[in-house]
Amino acid sequence: MIVFILCVLLFLVGLYGVLIKRNLIKIIIGLAIMEYSVNLFLILVGYRDKGTSPIVTKGLENALFVDPLPQAMVLTAIVIGVATTALLLGIAVMIYKKYGTFNIRKINELKG
Amino acid sequence: MNYIPLYVILPLLAGVIIPIVGRKVKFIPALLTNLVLLFLTILTVLFILKGDFFMVYKVGGWGIIKGIPVGIFLVVDALSRLVLLIVNLIGLCAGLYSISYIKKFTGEEKYFALFSLMIAGMNGVVISGDLFNIFVFLEIAAIASYALVAFGIRKEELEASFKYQVLGGISSMMILLGIGITYWAFSTLNIADVSSLLRSRNPGRIVFFIQALFLMGFGLKAALVPFHSWLPDAHSSAPSPISAMLSGVLIKAIGMYVILRLFFNMFPVSYKTSLIITLIGALSMIIGVFLAIGQWDIKRLLAYHSISQMGYVVTGIGAGLLLISKGQDLSLAAFAILGGIFHLYNHAIFKGLLFLTAGSVEHRTGLRDMRQIGGLGQKMHLTTTSSLAASMAIAGIPPFNGFFSKLIIIIALLKAHYYMLSFFAVLVSVITLSSFLKLQRYTFFEKLKQDWQQIKESPFWMTSSMLFMAMLCLVTSALIIPGIRERFLSPAVKALMELGRYSLNVLGQ
Repeated sequence: MIVFILCVLLFLVGLYGVLIKRNLIKIIIGLAIMEYSVNLFLILVGYRDKGTSPIVTKGLENALFVDPLPQAMVLTAIVIGVATTALLLGIAVMIYKKYGTFNIRKINELKG
Repeated sequence: MNYIPLYVILPLLAGVIIPIVGRKVKFIPALLTNLVLLFLTILTVLFILKGDFFMVYKVGGWGIIKGIPVGIFLVVDALSRLVLLIVNLIGLCAGLYSISYIKKFTGEEKYFALFSLMIAGMNGVVISGDLFNIFVFLEIAAIASYALVAFGIRKEELEASFKYQVLGGISSMMILLGIGITYWAFSTLNIADVSSLLRSRNPGRIVFFIQALFLMGFGLKAALVPFHSWLPDAHSSAPSPISAMLSGVLIKAIGMYVILRLFFNMFPVSYKTSLIITLIGALSMIIGVFLAIGQWDIKRLLAYHSISQMGYVVTGIGAGLLLISKGQDLSLAAFAILGGIFHLYNHAIFKGLLFLTAGSVEHRTGLRDMRQIGGLGQKMHLTTTSSLAASMAIAGIPPFNGFFSKLIIIIALLKAHYYMLSFFAVLVSVITLSSFLKLQRYTFFEKLKQDWQQIKESPFWMTSSMLFMAMLCLVTSALIIPGIRERFLSPAVKALMELGRYSLNVLGQ
């Protein structure tokens, strides 16, 4: 149970980073932390205590396996996360070139 | 033959081929994108002509083994084919419009590749019958749209795209967390299977938590009111055909459609959640229109009206949910949902058209501030005509489609004795009318300014797709006539009203 609480804490740390920090790069790091916490949660959902890797071999058909489906989902989620982070960083670099700063307080062309 | 996978395969293939071939052969990107969209539109119309129907495609042939669905299911029913029609038809109009519009940007092939990917993602969300699959396609559509918002790489476009991405990222994490908890509680992600499990045993409190996460996640994608702050920036900064796609289609396909599907066909209907959904809808309707009043930028004004109009859709559907949860007067509930779905369909058309006309004005004048533009009605006749048609549709002037859907929603609210809600619905409609009178007067009907004496009408592809959509604004009113209604709108309402039927249909095959 304590692992789940830590997982939620990690999610909240990420959310704090996104909501409070003013530096674009720190916001991106916050988003990444949120994503890792969700991935960790998915892995925990599939985890079985004393389970082995889910490969059926002779003599081990009825062994206790960990659930492979969340692992497959986490792989997909990691790939998607890489794409989002890459795009975010690309946009952040472009913003730095145009504005000369990473501070979101100074990046405010849009109003109203 | 089962054609369902083509909805994802063809645009995805186009998205891969275009950047490879398009740099050498200039006409390929636009041609390929529009051909794919034309084909998919025709396919959807053929589906619609079949009447009430239900189709399941099992990816890789993995069906149901010992009562457990092991593979990914793609499902098209009456509701999803309606949203598929919106995606592909508005996509086709925006794609044709882009042929002329996109000439002023470099990197035409990248634009059309991203456009095709966005279509593939939206089609994928609409046809998938599996929660994690919905998440994957949703991210494809969302990432493509983030890149398209920043396509012009000017200051404000980059800023809007960053804002959109951060909020979109948070919503995706909420959705993924919800999916993880669903898998924890039910050991399955198939919507039909989760639904049948929820109906057969007492689910406990965990369902409320999952519902809250999904409502936050998809509500952020659909820009409902507490989560709306990204929409005006993102939708007004994107290139105009993309604004039309974002406002007309994206918020419906990856936000509203999934909310409808999950809250009717997956979760058991409860009074509390329906009340929350109705409240969110009413708030979006009212706050969106009040934020729109003070705007002078054409595209920002339209973007704020998108929030308000989506509020109408959610209010209609939420009232239907409330009536279902009370268990009284199901025909009235069906009537309210009919209004909501019809407004969803109409909003896609007229809001798409409004953004295209705003793009046409911006294409010729380079400006978006109404106070600096004026009198274009004397020079740009076709743009003015189509903008007028769309404005009348959104404001609810009788022969146009927006009037009928708003009327149905308001009558349904009155009949259900939600007097406050119906009062606000009428009030918001009046404010919408005044706001679009302002748009028409300042942009098209004042005295022609000196700067615009030499201005010309927009190129052929832009005007023709605008006129086509203006015609659609009139023609779709006919969908409400008894006889035509039973073929298109009523099956979609029935698919929602028969709550558990979806899972029986999917699992029974």
